[in-house]
This record gives sequence, structure tokens and C-alpha cells, in this order.
Amino acid sequence: MAEKIKWVHKDFISLDNLSKEEILYVLDVASSFEEVLKRDVKKVPTLRGKSVLTLFYEPSTRTRTSFEMAAKILSADTINVSVSTSSVSKGETLLDTIKNIEAMSVDVVVIRHSCSGVPEFLAKKTKASIINAGDGRHEHPTQALLDMLTIKAFKNTLQGLKIAIVGDILHSRVARSNLIGLKKLGNEVRFVGPATFIPECFKELGAEIYYSLEEGIYDADVVMVLRLQKERMGAGFYPSEREYARFFSINKKTMHYAKKDAIFMHPGPVNRGLEITSDVLNDKRCVVLNQVTKGVAVRMAVLYLLLTGGKSEN
Amino acid sequence: MKIKLNNLTIVTSSGLFKKNLLIEKGIIKQVSDKPIYAKFVDVAIDDKDLLVFPGFFDMHVHLREPGFEYREDIESGMKAAVNGGITGIACMANTNPVNDNAVITHFIKCRAEQTELPVSVYPVAAITKGLKGEQIVEMGDLKNAGAVAFSDDGSAVENSEILRRALEYAKSFDMPIICHSEEKSLSKDGQVNEGIISIKLGLKGIPRESEIIGIFRDITLAKLTKSRVHIAHVSTEEGVDLIRKAKRAGIYVTCETCPHYFHLTEEEVLGYNTFAKVNPPLRTYKDVLAIREGLRDGTIDVIASDHAPHHIDEKDIEFEKANFGMIGLETLLPLTLELVRQGVIDFKDLAEKLSRKPRQILGINPPVIKEGEEANLTIVDPNYKWVLTKESICSKSFNTPFLGKTMKGKAIYIIKGGQFFEINK
Amino acid sequence: MSRNMKELIIIDEKTFPRVVNRIAHEIMEKNPNLEDLVLIGIKKGGSLLKERIKEAIKKQEGVDLITGDIDITMYRDDIFKIGFQPKVETTEIPCSLDNKNVVLIDDVLYTGRTVRAAIDALFDFGRPKRIQLAVFIDRGHRELPIQADFVGKFLPTSKKEIVVVMFKEEDGKDCVVLREKNGRKNKMGS
Repeated sequence: MAEKIKWVHKDFISLDNLSKEEILYVLDVASSFEEVLKRDVKKVPTLRGKSVLTLFYEPSTRTRTSFEMAAKILSADTINVSVSTSSVSKGETLLDTIKNIEAMSVDVVVIRHSCSGVPEFLAKKTKASIINAGDGRHEHPTQALLDMLTIKAFKNTLQGLKIAIVGDILHSRVARSNLIGLKKLGNEVRFVGPATFIPECFKELGAEIYYSLEEGIYDADVVMVLRLQKERMGAGFYPSEREYARFFSINKKTMHYAKKDAIFMHPGPVNRGLEITSDVLNDKRCVVLNQVTKGVAVRMAVLYLLLTGGKSEN
Repeated sequence: MKIKLNNLTIVTSSGLFKKNLLIEKGIIKQVSDKPIYAKFVDVAIDDKDLLVFPGFFDMHVHLREPGFEYREDIESGMKAAVNGGITGIACMANTNPVNDNAVITHFIKCRAEQTELPVSVYPVAAITKGLKGEQIVEMGDLKNAGAVAFSDDGSAVENSEILRRALEYAKSFDMPIICHSEEKSLSKDGQVNEGIISIKLGLKGIPRESEIIGIFRDITLAKLTKSRVHIAHVSTEEGVDLIRKAKRAGIYVTCETCPHYFHLTEEEVLGYNTFAKVNPPLRTYKDVLAIREGLRDGTIDVIASDHAPHHIDEKDIEFEKANFGMIGLETLLPLTLELVRQGVIDFKDLAEKLSRKPRQILGINPPVIKEGEEANLTIVDPNYKWVLTKESICSKSFNTPFLGKTMKGKAIYIIKGGQFFEINK
Repeated sequence: MSRNMKELIIIDEKTFPRVVNRIAHEIMEKNPNLEDLVLIGIKKGGSLLKERIKEAIKKQEGVDLITGDIDITMYRDDIFKIGFQPKVETTEIPCSLDNKNVVLIDDVLYTGRTVRAAIDALFDFGRPKRIQLAVFIDRGHRELPIQADFVGKFLPTSKKEIVVVMFKEEDGKDCVVLREKNGRKNKMGS
């Protein structure tokens, strides 16, 4: 007999407003969907007739394709809109864009935008369900969920783990979402990197801060490596790539500071040789490719939860 | 026009007085302990619950005309002032074109006079041409045209040498300079106060040190040049402290704060509320307490609104793209009355900070309630409850985080220039 | 025997295994070639029944049949109308169903919609040679032209009643009860 669990949120914007139970529930649903990806016929009719629009103001092949695949496997129709800077400079405001979209009766809008708060802003303005595919420096909830699903697959638990996130925390929405989600589930989360990348305020959100790589990833079960963005060098966040790589790179030597069976993750795209080396990427403990598969399953789960249920006919 | 006011309480910077007034043709004819029995008056008010103040003055207002009339213009701004019981305003220079020459100053004064509303408008001219921070303006000419102070408000003067020369030059014309104190290299691209809220929302923060360093520099230059510096919109605890120490050391510096800095904290922006996006940003609770203490002990001389109207299309967008600022002419009084109710300041402080002191700083004769003096009065019902709705707002814009909130206290009449105005709503 | 919440016992603990055995024998009788036979249970009730039938056949013939389980949540025809999200369980089909002789197993046959969804799901795993349907209880009220090849018991019911098949592993004892509906939502009319 199917259990009745009501998903009450119209949108999927942040892990901050989900409870621990809700997070675990989404992961549970995602695991069930993983099986579909292993079939020969990777299609189920569940969301037939529903339409999903991906609206990406920032380029991203990986995340967008992942959402597209998830929608298509569930038999939903997809439309992709990549907003190039030129059309934005033509003057169409966000509000006008969303109103035009609503006129097309789209059921879900998956949005990625460089300004924090945009998904929340849109959610208030439209009946369509909004999924946050990354907003500024705020959150990237589906990424954090797929990271958690990956961790669960390799560590068999999502509780009591020591997880170290290394790199440019300040500008990373992935780090934020992971911090929020993993803390809710009862794990120790460490932020590791130079002080310019890790404001003290993160302690108030539950993170432990380390400026030394060796201390930061010592005895860690999971090491998540963040991409170093070259623009930050110009703004004074770090002096040179050479220095950054020398002190914070996860390589053949430094990877051993973590536990013997630790897993290494990276949300991508990777700067090979900079924040992470090929030795680590090719090591069996590096689970970057698994993260990609789980990404589709997580996004299928989110689409399923947002679109099904509806009003009871009884 | 003959007006008699019986049994009202008169509030000035010196105290509260139960006096009765007779005003005729704009002059206060009688100030009496006994009730006035004049016959054939045009207006008679007898109400022990009402307060009479010398007309309020808001020394930090952005009227947006010329150039940004879609947000506000001189007439609508003056109507908003009337609705707030304000009989005098000083308007800032960041218009388009910038008020950095006598022609614009003259235009603003003329426009204001044309409206025939009971509000005197005093233009504040820019410190530097075009607000570029490079060349100082023709201060003598501007003073003659009617400018009462100089300020690049909207921006800070980044180059200390330029500001120093501007302060010295202004001194020779005995003119005050209003400083928007900000260290721009620290606050650049910042959206909200730097702290836990900026982290939670994923927004670049404006560190408090930007204001602290700015205030310290401006006070130090005030000391060096011995000119009259007025620090605008103080928002930080350390900023208040610096000003307190400077005053004790005998440096001539005055300052102002705004109601949002003593009522709201950075939490107001949660949910990406652009109506709460302002520069300087809303700060923490300990800053609110420090601002209140600064008002209580006299460190902060003036309460002004920093009325900054913006069109809804400039606010109802991505947080990072939204303009900074909130309107405030119509809430200046009730929000300050709230401080009196909470025991932070008393009624005569209110009269001092909202009426006498801002005029004194700008060299304007403050209204005096004495026989023979011109009548420039705001009559207030301190208990009147009303809700701040879009419909009740007289300004063209409605960008305020107090929208929808219930206000207690309203100006209901203005007596000025020989006229009697009943404020609607 | 007890009456609980207006509950009537249709099949008790003693009779239960006999019915299971009879169904198993009927399946074996109609499908003499056990090599290409695959038993697929419809989660959750059908899966438990499938296990019992598998055991019974093993006991009789000594053969370990290939079995699998199917979750039909993703194939329901009412997913946007029921007002809640049913929990998605995993489907486990261990081999391709091309040319296989499939016996679909469920605990209760009602409107026929669950079976329709299950058949759709099966087709995503290959092209079975044949599909037969075995159910423990057929309670009537079909809304689609579907019928079972093997039935444990025909039980005429009213729409105000629900039929619950209970298994020792999940519910403590083996039995089938008839209850009055108390307004709670339950699984898609099967």
C-alpha cells in the first residue's frame, strides 16, 4: 500500500526551508528513480503532458542537460531558453520574461541566474513551480542533494560524517547548500581554504573553519573540492595560482591526509592541476562521475514531487 | 486669516507649555496663559490632546527634479512633506543635471514657490562639479542663489585632498558641508550590511568599516580645516562613538540619523526585500541601540528622513540590481514619536531634532513661538492611528519597508505664510 | 475470530496457505514449461504473494523460478488527481522479458487500473510472449476490460468496503479481512 506523504512546497528553491525529514524524503525518492536509469527503456509516463522550461541566465551545459534528461525520462516536454547577454541588454526585465513564460502555461521553470534571490522573487510572481538551478552565491539545492546521494551510496550513511569542503567558499552556492543540508542531517562540516575565502560568519551557520589543508581534511570521510575562479585573483583573494596550488591543492600527497577510505568530490567543471590533480581524479576514490548520474535521479525526484499530487478529485 | 488655538500644548526645544495662541495674518498676535475669547475667527481649535510644534524641518530629502520626475518632483515631494507635517526641507544635489550651479538652484527655488504649498525648499548644492569628486563648485555664487549647504550625497568625495580644499573654501563663505561618509573601495558592489544576513542571502556585504573609516576621515579633516562638517545618515555604533569623542574634543561636527536606523535591523532584508535596501545599509541590533543612545545623550543632533523615492520598476527586480533608498517624509514624525513613547527621547528633544537644530545648522532662522513672530507651526495629534498604504502616500513612489504598517501620530494642521492648511487623511 | 472496527474475516490463517497452494498448482497446471516462466509481483501486496507462490512451486517441483517486483507508481493514470504523492518504490526485474511467459501477481483485483499500469510497465522491460494474471481476491467493480487467469477467491463487495490481504511478514498474521471504508485514501483502486 502506498504511503501518503504530502509535499507542500510549490517551489524548490533552497535547502534552508526544508526540514531534515523532507531532505531525506527527496533523497529516498531519488534512489527509487535511479533504477529507471539502469533500464534499457529509460522512459516512464509519469509526467506526460507536463512542460518544463529551463531558463538559464548563466551558461551551463552540465546542469541544464541533467534537468532536461530528468524531465524527458519522466515523459515531460522540455523547452530550453539560454538567455544571452545581448537579449538582456535589449532591455527585457526579469518580470517581463516570467510573465511571457506564464502566458505559455509552463508547469515548471528551472532557473539559473547570477543574482541571488531571483528564484524566490519569481516564485512569488508566478503560479508555475520554480526550481533553483543556482542563484548567485545563494544556493544550488539540487547539486547539494546529488552530492548527498553520492555520499550515501559510498558511505552508507548521511549522519555523523566528517565532510571537508575546500576552496572558494565565499563565492560558492554549492558550499552553502551543502553546509545547510549536511548540518541538518547531523554531520560535521569543515570549510578549508585561505581566510579571504572563508568569512567568520560561517561559524554561526555551523561550519568549522580551517586555514590549513592538512588540519582541515585530516580524518575526513568526504573531501569536496571547489573550483578556483581565476577572476578572484585580480580582486586580491589570492596572490597567484602557484601559491594556491602549493597550499590547497588536492593531489597525490595531500589526499592522504584524509581517511584511507575517504571519497573525493568536485561539482565541476574541474581545473585539472590546480585545485585537484589528475592523480586524484583517476583514483578510484574520486566519485565525480557518479555525481553526474545521481544528478539526473535527484532532478527527477524534484520534478516528480513538485508536479504530482495536485488537487484530489474526491 | 484669524486663528485661535486654545488648550493645546506647545512644544519647543525649551519645554512644554500650556499656552493659548491667537494668530492673525500670519503673525502670532497673542501668547496667553488664559484662553483666548476672540470673536469672528476663521479657525478655532480647542483640544487638549493636540501638540503645537514649530514647523518641522527635514534636512535630507531627494526631490529628484530636475531629471528623475518619474520618481518624484518638487511639487509631489512638497505634498509629501505637507502630509508629514514638514514645513521646510533641504533637498540634495544628485539630480540630472546635478545642482552644481546657480541656475539649477534658482530653478528649484522658483518651482517650489510656484506650487504655493506651505513648505520652504532650501537647495543643497553639490561640493564638486557633476558630483565627480574632482573640481569644486562656485560656492559663493551658489550661496547667493540660495544654496544653504554643500553635499555630494549619493556619493562620498573620495579624494581627501579635494575634500580638504572644499572644506576650507566653504569656510570662507561660512557654509556647512554635509558629508556622505563612505570608504568606497570597501563598499563597492556591496548590497546589504556585511554579516550573517549577507552570508545567508548570498549577497556581497557592505562592511561597517566603510562608514567608520569615512566618518573618521571626515571628522579629521573637519578638525584640520576648522570648518563646519555635518555627517549624514549615521548608522553604526562606532560612527556615533567617533562623533561623540570629536565633540568632546571641541571639534565642530554635527550629525544626523534616520528613523530606519533606530527602528530596523538588517533582518528586514530577509526574503530579498528590496524596500529595505538602503545606503548606508540597515545594521545590527547593537547599532540600533547605539543610535538610540546617541539620540538620547545628544551626540546625534538631527533626525532626517533621507527621503529617496524610486519607481517600482527600480525596486521590483533582482535584489542586486535594485536601487538603494526608501521614502521617508511622511513617516518621519510618527516614527520619531515612537521614540518618545519608548522613553528614548522626550517631546522637547523631538522639537529640537526635527525643528530647531536642522535649521540652525543650515543657517535658517528657526520659527519662534512668541508674540510678534511669524507663525510657522505644525499641529500634531500624537494618538492618531493610521495605516501607511499606497493610497495614503502623497509621494509619487511608495518604496518603504513600513508599507502596510500602522503608524501612531500624525500632523493634522500646518499654519504658515498666513495660511491655515488642514492635512487630508 | 474477532470483529474489530466493523471487520469481517474472509479467509483465516488456516485457510490462507491452502488458497496459495491452489493458485500455485493452477499456475503449474496451465504452464507446464517452467523454464520461461517469470513471476512478477505488483508492489507491495503482490510481491509478498509472489514469494509465497514461488515457495509453493519450489516445494512441489524443486524449481527456483525467476521472479521480480514491479512498482507501478510511475505509471498510474491518476497521478495528478489524487492529492498526494505515493511513495515511489523500486522496480526489480532481473532479466529482459523478451519471449518470457509472465505471470503478474497482485493481492486484490478491483477496478483493473493497477494491472493496466503494471502491463504498461512490463512492456518497458521487453516483449513478453504471454502475460497471465494471478490474484488472491477478485472483488468485482471492474472499470477496464481486465480479468484474472487465476483467482484465490471471488468476493462480491460494495464500494464502501475495502479488502485487506494481510501477510505474516508485514502484518503479523496471514488472513484476508473486509472493512468499511472510513474515508481514508488508500491505494489506487486495484
